[in-house]
Amino acid sequence: MLDSAMVSLLGLSLWETLYMVIVSTILAYVIGLPIGVILNITGKGGICPQKAVNSVLGIIVNVFRSIPFLILLIWMLPVTKVIVGTMVGPTSVIVPLVVSAAPFIGRMVESSLNEIDGGVIEAAQSMGSSSWQIIYKVLIPESKPSLIIGAAISITTILGYSAMAGIVGGGGLGAVATNYGLYRYNQEIMLITIVIIVVIVQIFQEIGMMAAKKLDKRLK
Amino acid sequence: MIELKHLSKVYTSGHNKVEAIKDINLTIEDGDIFGIIGLSGAGKSTLIRCINFLEKPTEGQVIFDGVDLGAISKKELLKKRQSMSMIFQSFNLLSQRTALDNICYPLEIAGVNKKEARERARELLKVVGLADKEKSYPVQLSGGQQQRIAIARALATNPKVLLCDEATSALDPNTTASILNLLKHINQTMGVTIVVITHEMRVIEQTCNKVAVIDKSRIVEEGLVKEVFTSPKSQIAKQLILPKEDFVPEIEGLECLRLVFDGNSAFEPIISALSRECNTCVSILWANTKSIEGKAYGQMIIQLPEDDEKQTQIKQFLDRNKISYKEEGLNVR
Repeated sequence: MLDSAMVSLLGLSLWETLYMVIVSTILAYVIGLPIGVILNITGKGGICPQKAVNSVLGIIVNVFRSIPFLILLIWMLPVTKVIVGTMVGPTSVIVPLVVSAAPFIGRMVESSLNEIDGGVIEAAQSMGSSSWQIIYKVLIPESKPSLIIGAAISITTILGYSAMAGIVGGGGLGAVATNYGLYRYNQEIMLITIVIIVVIVQIFQEIGMMAAKKLDKRLK
Repeated sequence: MIELKHLSKVYTSGHNKVEAIKDINLTIEDGDIFGIIGLSGAGKSTLIRCINFLEKPTEGQVIFDGVDLGAISKKELLKKRQSMSMIFQSFNLLSQRTALDNICYPLEIAGVNKKEARERARELLKVVGLADKEKSYPVQLSGGQQQRIAIARALATNPKVLLCDEATSALDPNTTASILNLLKHINQTMGVTIVVITHEMRVIEQTCNKVAVIDKSRIVEEGLVKEVFTSPKSQIAKQLILPKEDFVPEIEGLECLRLVFDGNSAFEPIISALSRECNTCVSILWANTKSIEGKAYGQMIIQLPEDDEKQTQIKQFLDRNKISYKEEGLNVR
């Protein structure tokens, strides 16, 4: 049953999944990291508290986080069409993935930055650091281990979301699982898909945890 | 020189208003080691943070080298802070940077190139006696070592003033003494003015030349350490400085003398000299004395021999040595 055509289909799907997940994660961080930083610095006790900015951004983030991904995916189809020119294929899935993951990543980044001891920030301020210098010389480097763990969690979540995209023709391992596991009820292919996904998740998790541990200078 | 004029800070949360400091007027001269002492909640931490505008005072002025810190732009204020460093109770080092890179931080902010910054940082590591720890991360260092790195970091930009916020409160007595000696050394050799905030008397005693006592958000007393220590006027200063009056002698009917050391006599073995000269023995019933800037301060109660002649001799000896005394009937229980 697992003929060469099937193997190459799985290979292609794996490649599509990795492509969707990695590109989406990078783009989601491009948007989510600044969101997290802004949420942290404008928050109560942040380096430039701005209640209005913080509340508005907080509400937007919460709204997008509460929409279930499958619904967001369908709801965004027209937008996707405008942005990438098509509603099918892995590239089209990147749009809803980024929209869904960026607010999530924003919250992850915010909570990582919130862990930093206020005294360290105060010390940096006492040495005449500007807010911008505090962000890139104190907040981000000091929370690096926590940010990396956050990234490992985010990439796993995005991988999970990407599989749902298979239902609406998004390609990748999710599409294989839908087409073979659901419509043709092929248990074997279904199982292989699951194993591949579990392995990828494990690899991302392990790399993330190891990197965080290795980079954390707070551990002796 | 730092002048604080009518400085007040009010924290508002909802309808609650808390006056952390109220109408503070102080002048800190160049070269001073100026201590500000008070109990917790007196407003010390707010006061020191108002000096470098980490907390913006609600009223009043901070004038640093003739410049009103409240009247300059944010950018100029950041620049000013480079000549007004601060160290903290919890050290506040960057945990992901080595000792050397921590000291380089303020230099990076000041725009010094990397090579020069490293050279300067290595020099400072020598000053604080940790030249061998440049590659260590804060977690690998003891509290005292971390505070030394923090001091080196604070000195990196050649500041005129060093603000110390309870800098030794988290340290054991021996480490405290060595950190205080380091601060004194820095004051003497580099001419850095030091402002020390503390709740511990011994910190003031060991390092400062001037002291201000803060209580309930206000300065209640200030002056030279030796003056305030020998004759504290405010209730709170008396409470902080004078020995606790928990002494209840159980001896009855003894003739005693209360000796008062007020800094006129050097800290020398006065009792031994007394015994030798008067050819008699005295017992010390109670004593609480301190050495401040090499002079003896405090009080001591000694028991007199019964012989009247000896008693007169002792009193004459004390007169000759300019030690004031008071006869105590010690019938008190």
